[in-house]
Amino acid sequence: MNVHEYQAKQIFQEYGVPTPRGIVANTPDEAVKAAEELGGNIWVVKAQIHAGGRGLGGGVKLAKSLDEVKQLASEILGMTLVTHQTGPEGKLVQKVYIEEGADIKDELYLGIVLDRAKEMPVIMASTEGGMEIEKVAEETPEKIIKVAVDPTIGFQGFHGRELVFGLGITDKNEQKKFIDFASKLFKIYMDKDVELIEINPLIKTGEGEFLALDGKMGFDDSALYRHPEIEAMRDISEEDPDEREAAKYGLSYVALDGEIGCMVNGAGLAMGTMDAINYMGGTPANFLDVGGKANAETVAKGFEIILKNPKVKAIFVNIFGGIVRCDRIANGILEATKMVDVNVPVIVRLDGTNAEEAAEILKNAQIKNVIPAEDLADGAAKAVAAAKGEL
Amino acid sequence: MSILVNKDTKVIVQGFTGKEGSFHAEQCINYGTNIVGGVTPNKGGQEHLGRPVFNTVKDAVDNTGATVSMIFVPPAFVADAVMEAADAGIELAVIITEGAPVRDMMFAKMYATKKGMKTIGPNCPGIITAEECKIGIMPGNIFKKGNVGLISKSGTLTYEASNQVVKEGLGITTAVGIGGDPIIGLSYKQLLPMFEADPETEAIVMIGEIGGDLEIQAAEYIKENIKKPVIAFIAGQTAPKGKRMGHAGAIVSGSAGTAKEKMEALEKAGVHVVVSPADIGKKVAEVLKK
Repeated sequence: MNVHEYQAKQIFQEYGVPTPRGIVANTPDEAVKAAEELGGNIWVVKAQIHAGGRGLGGGVKLAKSLDEVKQLASEILGMTLVTHQTGPEGKLVQKVYIEEGADIKDELYLGIVLDRAKEMPVIMASTEGGMEIEKVAEETPEKIIKVAVDPTIGFQGFHGRELVFGLGITDKNEQKKFIDFASKLFKIYMDKDVELIEINPLIKTGEGEFLALDGKMGFDDSALYRHPEIEAMRDISEEDPDEREAAKYGLSYVALDGEIGCMVNGAGLAMGTMDAINYMGGTPANFLDVGGKANAETVAKGFEIILKNPKVKAIFVNIFGGIVRCDRIANGILEATKMVDVNVPVIVRLDGTNAEEAAEILKNAQIKNVIPAEDLADGAAKAVAAAKGEL
Repeated sequence: MSILVNKDTKVIVQGFTGKEGSFHAEQCINYGTNIVGGVTPNKGGQEHLGRPVFNTVKDAVDNTGATVSMIFVPPAFVADAVMEAADAGIELAVIITEGAPVRDMMFAKMYATKKGMKTIGPNCPGIITAEECKIGIMPGNIFKKGNVGLISKSGTLTYEASNQVVKEGLGITTAVGIGGDPIIGLSYKQLLPMFEADPETEAIVMIGEIGGDLEIQAAEYIKENIKKPVIAFIAGQTAPKGKRMGHAGAIVSGSAGTAKEKMEALEKAGVHVVVSPADIGKKVAEVLKK
């Protein structure tokens, strides 16, 4: 689960990680009020969406008067912001964050993620703040300092020293401040079951203070049960409605842009099915894992979600029945076709325990649009042919 | 022969009397697995599925001599259960539970490693030595005895691959579902040498997916150390970047962890890589018949 910048900064502030002062606003009037409350004569109006690259997309603007705050807030609120992370359809901006202006001397980068190879968190820092960090990693990887921290000992002084010497921070007072900043950020990472924390840019002000000018956080979904305060930050409007609807029924769904709907049990086989379709010259319309309980209700829900997509020209149901027997699944599919009007060809491949009985059931039922397939290769081939209208 | 487990392996079940634990423990017993008891706190002294129940793993180990534990406890208690098993001297913990927090697994695995306990999973179908010992949730009947070793991040793709291999008139020595979480126990790199050393295994199938770099590490290892033929499939060639595909670890972050880079690395290491999962069995047969 991801949160907005203003929410990440709330967490930073609770832990004493310095940030500029700011207030979130839902309307232009609220934005002006926020600016008045913050005081000063320069403010930043920042679109709050779950995606990076907001500045380049026109979602972050500088205001030098309250009138300008109002004007910029009304422009940004309600705009569909397109960045390199939103996809071409962009994201609707519903909130802006009004922040006091900051005196930027240097822009740095600081992030913490899990290093899967080392199986511990790794702190990443760079002097190339304000740039796309993926680009820095690709073009000048030597400019990213990586410090893995064994969680059983936690963040120690030497981790901090590796960071500041790596970044070339020579002033002793600044070193102390930066180490304190990183140590608090690491504490947040561990305490809150964070998956990713990223500050880009982290700025050094003219007075030698370090401030989190931006804040991006993602959390481990499996650990949300012990963080109701994080769960409360969930913004449903940022999530894909179909993915959310699917999740309610224990289905894992991701929309793609092809023509063949897929319904599969197991994440690996679901990806494999997409790959098999692609290999046969077709295009998958989605990833859909119905999990271990492929029954009439979940299959019907799956059909419903897949068929919402007008591009879908055929559906490939690929189930490997293990503990759940195929004959039961076949009956479930037949029932589901009664619950949902399936108006495209459905290729059904059932393999595994009792596959022959299942094939018999499907053959005898003679349901319109349901085409049985023998195995994965046959199913993929038939699905591709059906989508082209050649079956 | 086989790797890690066989018909003599003494197995206990943590979370023995729960719904999932009971169902699958019974399936394992029916398959022939030597389940010698189980652990459920406050139910010690009772009998379940004809096997003794203990309050702690230590009690279970002391009384049964079990060396392997199959873990079915709910996600929030997985780390505790794994560490308890490690502390009690269990040699291999097979963690079936899905949805354990990553932070918990980080600590649990570190402790297991410190205690010399191997782990498989979490979020995996388990391990099966065909027609001898099934420790997990896979449908046992699909795994016929043969000479192909199998290592896979995905449950149903393991079944799919085994089924294809069997349809070619071949069979499986041991199949290990290693799980698709960001932090997992035994991986390709640790399992490959076990299959290499197993006299019955003549070929190894490895099934990977997008996310992380375990397959890349495997490719490097294979190049230097594995002489038996390896057949591989990587799921998620058509998966979009930045989207989690079901498994917690199956995500392409930035440009790292794509199916393409993994397939290329494996091919360079001399692995027979198939593009479609429908071709796994055929490729195994082709390679073995050479």
